[in-house]
Amino acid sequence: MIETIQLELNGTPTKLEIDPSTILMWALRNELGLTGTKFGCGLGFCGSCTILLDDEPVRSCMLAVSDAAGKKLTTIEGLAKNGELHPVQKAFIKNDAQQCGYCTPGMILNAVGLLLKNPEPSRKEVIEGMEENLCRCGTYGRIIESIQMAGIEMKGGVKI
Amino acid sequence: MKREDRITELLSKDMNNPWEMDRRDFMRKLGGGLIIAFAVSDMTLLGSCAAEADEKGGVNAYLKIGQDGRVTLFTGKIEMGQGPITSLPMMLADELDVNLESVDIIMGDTLLCPYDQGTYGSLSTRKYGQAMRAAAAEAKAILLKMAAAELSTNNSQLVPEQLQVIDGIVSLKTDNTRNISYADLTQGKEILETVTGKPSMKKASEMKVMGNSRLHVDAELKVTGQAKYSGDMKLPGMMFARIVRPPSLGAKMLSIDTSGAEAIEGVEIVEAGDMVAVIHESRDIADVAISKVKAEWEEETMEVDDKNIFDHLVKNGTEVRELKTKGSLDKGKENSTQNFSQEYHDPYIAHAPIENHTATAVFEGEKLKIWASCQTPYPTQEDVAEALGISKENVRMMQIFTGGGFGGKIYNPQATEVALLAQKTKKPIQLTWTREEEFMFDRLRPAATIIIESGLDADGKIAMWDYQLYAGGRRGATTFYDIPNQLTNQNNAPRNVTLHPFHTGAWRGPSNNTNTFARESHMELMAAAAGKDALQFRLDHLEKDEKMTKVLKAGAEKFGWTPAKGPSGRGYGIACGIDAGTYVAVFVEIDVDKASGHVQVRRAVVSQNMGLVVNPQGVIIQAEGCVIMGLGYTLTEEIEFENRKMLTRNFDTYEIPKFSWTPQIEVVLIDAQDDPPQGGGEPAIICMGGAVANAIFDATGARLYQQPLTPARILEALAKA
Ligand code: FES
Ligand code: FES
Repeated sequence: MIETIQLELNGTPTKLEIDPSTILMWALRNELGLTGTKFGCGLGFCGSCTILLDDEPVRSCMLAVSDAAGKKLTTIEGLAKNGELHPVQKAFIKNDAQQCGYCTPGMILNAVGLLLKNPEPSRKEVIEGMEENLCRCGTYGRIIESIQMAGIEMKGGVKI
Repeated sequence: MKREDRITELLSKDMNNPWEMDRRDFMRKLGGGLIIAFAVSDMTLLGSCAAEADEKGGVNAYLKIGQDGRVTLFTGKIEMGQGPITSLPMMLADELDVNLESVDIIMGDTLLCPYDQGTYGSLSTRKYGQAMRAAAAEAKAILLKMAAAELSTNNSQLVPEQLQVIDGIVSLKTDNTRNISYADLTQGKEILETVTGKPSMKKASEMKVMGNSRLHVDAELKVTGQAKYSGDMKLPGMMFARIVRPPSLGAKMLSIDTSGAEAIEGVEIVEAGDMVAVIHESRDIADVAISKVKAEWEEETMEVDDKNIFDHLVKNGTEVRELKTKGSLDKGKENSTQNFSQEYHDPYIAHAPIENHTATAVFEGEKLKIWASCQTPYPTQEDVAEALGISKENVRMMQIFTGGGFGGKIYNPQATEVALLAQKTKKPIQLTWTREEEFMFDRLRPAATIIIESGLDADGKIAMWDYQLYAGGRRGATTFYDIPNQLTNQNNAPRNVTLHPFHTGAWRGPSNNTNTFARESHMELMAAAAGKDALQFRLDHLEKDEKMTKVLKAGAEKFGWTPAKGPSGRGYGIACGIDAGTYVAVFVEIDVDKASGHVQVRRAVVSQNMGLVVNPQGVIIQAEGCVIMGLGYTLTEEIEFENRKMLTRNFDTYEIPKFSWTPQIEVVLIDAQDDPPQGGGEPAIICMGGAVANAIFDATGARLYQQPLTPARILEALAKA
């Protein structure tokens, strides 16, 4: 059943004509062309489909489009502002924190969500906050460093 | 212009009707310039690369020097996180003496790039990269000759030896105002050179780019979500496919009822060969539709499960292949004062890349285009052509980024599946395996049993070593320790016996993980019995092996190893080995929680001699990846199954390494820049199981003989210790 769903997508008020039960991840990828949101397991275990819903990291494979109605939704494509990369993105580049890059968008959005709540996380807090995002290439150490580095810039500290 | 835009532009130039062109025409279409095709035939340098170049038309690769001064490398290698998109241009820029920023790379496109056997086995740098360097060196020689002619005047005839090149500008060594750029040299020319001569590559002291760390050039594409993987392709009218799958491997379909799926609007049922699929323009609906298909199956039984498999492998391993023999085992036994006999087990494990096998396919007239997450564009092209009964010239594979491979994407049945569906339906199709399909149809690392019998003489030296490998591969099976009496056999099942209930294949550092776990565990078993320090015991058996000795000593120094008799209670472990030409040792420090059996690896030092290091940071990142990924097969990963039914279905029951596992990792690279480059993406992973098993023994006195070293097994071993 097609319905109209309104939401704010990457800063732009957006109206979708869509079956509200469509899995949010597939809607983003296949209907909206936002393919930076990746499919890895489809059951909430890997985190590669992570997006921000009202600044909260969520797994878009576990949600329907209707869950995003009226909310602010951020995908990896919407993270850079006015052509400037988000501090977490910059920190990932600087630390070479991606290999195949497939888990990377989900990692970055989960990290942004974490930093919005806790701008100065300890190593232990970063690990706890990131624990359920999986990377098969083994980039964890560099991601931890990137998140701590980005937190400093987000708080107005050293620019990356 | 950004690198990616340039590539797109370059590709779009000849997209109008690429099928009408042969390679030479295609080169012309690129807009003139110097095209160097190379087929270096120095077999010692190139090994399999040269052999294949001969077979497939005499060319390993080509590069183009355009009139805009840009250099483009066309390669059949693909990027799956291991970094050739960064390191291959570095090698090229250095040999050609151009600025790295002026090098573009086009990867994995079977129309544009020359044949390549695939991206695996740590071959990209050590074989292909060397060939490419040689070609670039030859290209430079050609350009210098052209420049000499251009810069000569009536009263001064120049020879190449009088010239130098800096950032693509050729000038007189004595007067750099007399110069000409590569771009101007190739201006308006259409030259096709094939170089086959003896290459002369730069020495380490002459290198300007190689040996200096570079960040991954694809980083920005990846952190912004712009990097395109095969499932990111969207074609007009594209349909999403799901395939009806058996409940277990090898099951035969007896009957099928698709009426439930057909009742859903827009669903089509497609039969192609043995395959039944549902397709729909929405992936969600394809998922619903597949769940409505009812099929009955006749399943095969094999009477094996994850417990009894190890005996099954030994029982069926009746075809003996001798890998190495030296001295006499009988004599060794006579000289032994202590004897050891131990069986080691290693289960099936999955590659589990986060990107499942995926492909998108479309027919344009006769011609088929496929974007597939794969490590082997050319062999896959052949597989697809054969399955569809079309010529391989009509199949074009094109894919730059693959979301992790680790050996699991050497085989790409999804490409054949999607192509068959596209052929049958005449529609563009996308197929992304579910995680459950990924586990079920993965070519798993084979389970293996290893039985080692050994003896120590009165001086605590190894007098004999009898290594019997069942079902595992031979990589890393023979020992490099100096042992006077030894035998290594690989015991395989006869051809007519189906040994494994699943497809098996190469898993990062194939079989060397298994062999190194067994060998290095057994070494420390003996070291402890001899009352010797684990490092010293190894060095005692490596007296003639300077390379491994140096690797071990450098690692020990970084780690801060101090001699002790095991178990020392410190939780220190070592393992070393040779893989893809690289000598590697790993030292770990761990904590074992004796109440829960939980292991935390606190620190890992990787020491390796891999010859020429092109991008040191890239190498360090690969070693870090090896340590972390290696902890998975070491501590948790194990496929559960019954008969040919896979019980492991998703990441909830197949635990791969997580953030909290991350140890502090340090990497020591032995300086050997004038030696040929060896493998970098795999070697360190082979040591993880052995190093951690040895550290568990060192911490607790409990020895484990079966990977993964799970808490349950640790508790069991502790109870016995
Ligand atoms: S795809 Fe959503 S958590 Fe794995
Ligand atoms: S970078 Fe490959 S899965 Fe994380």
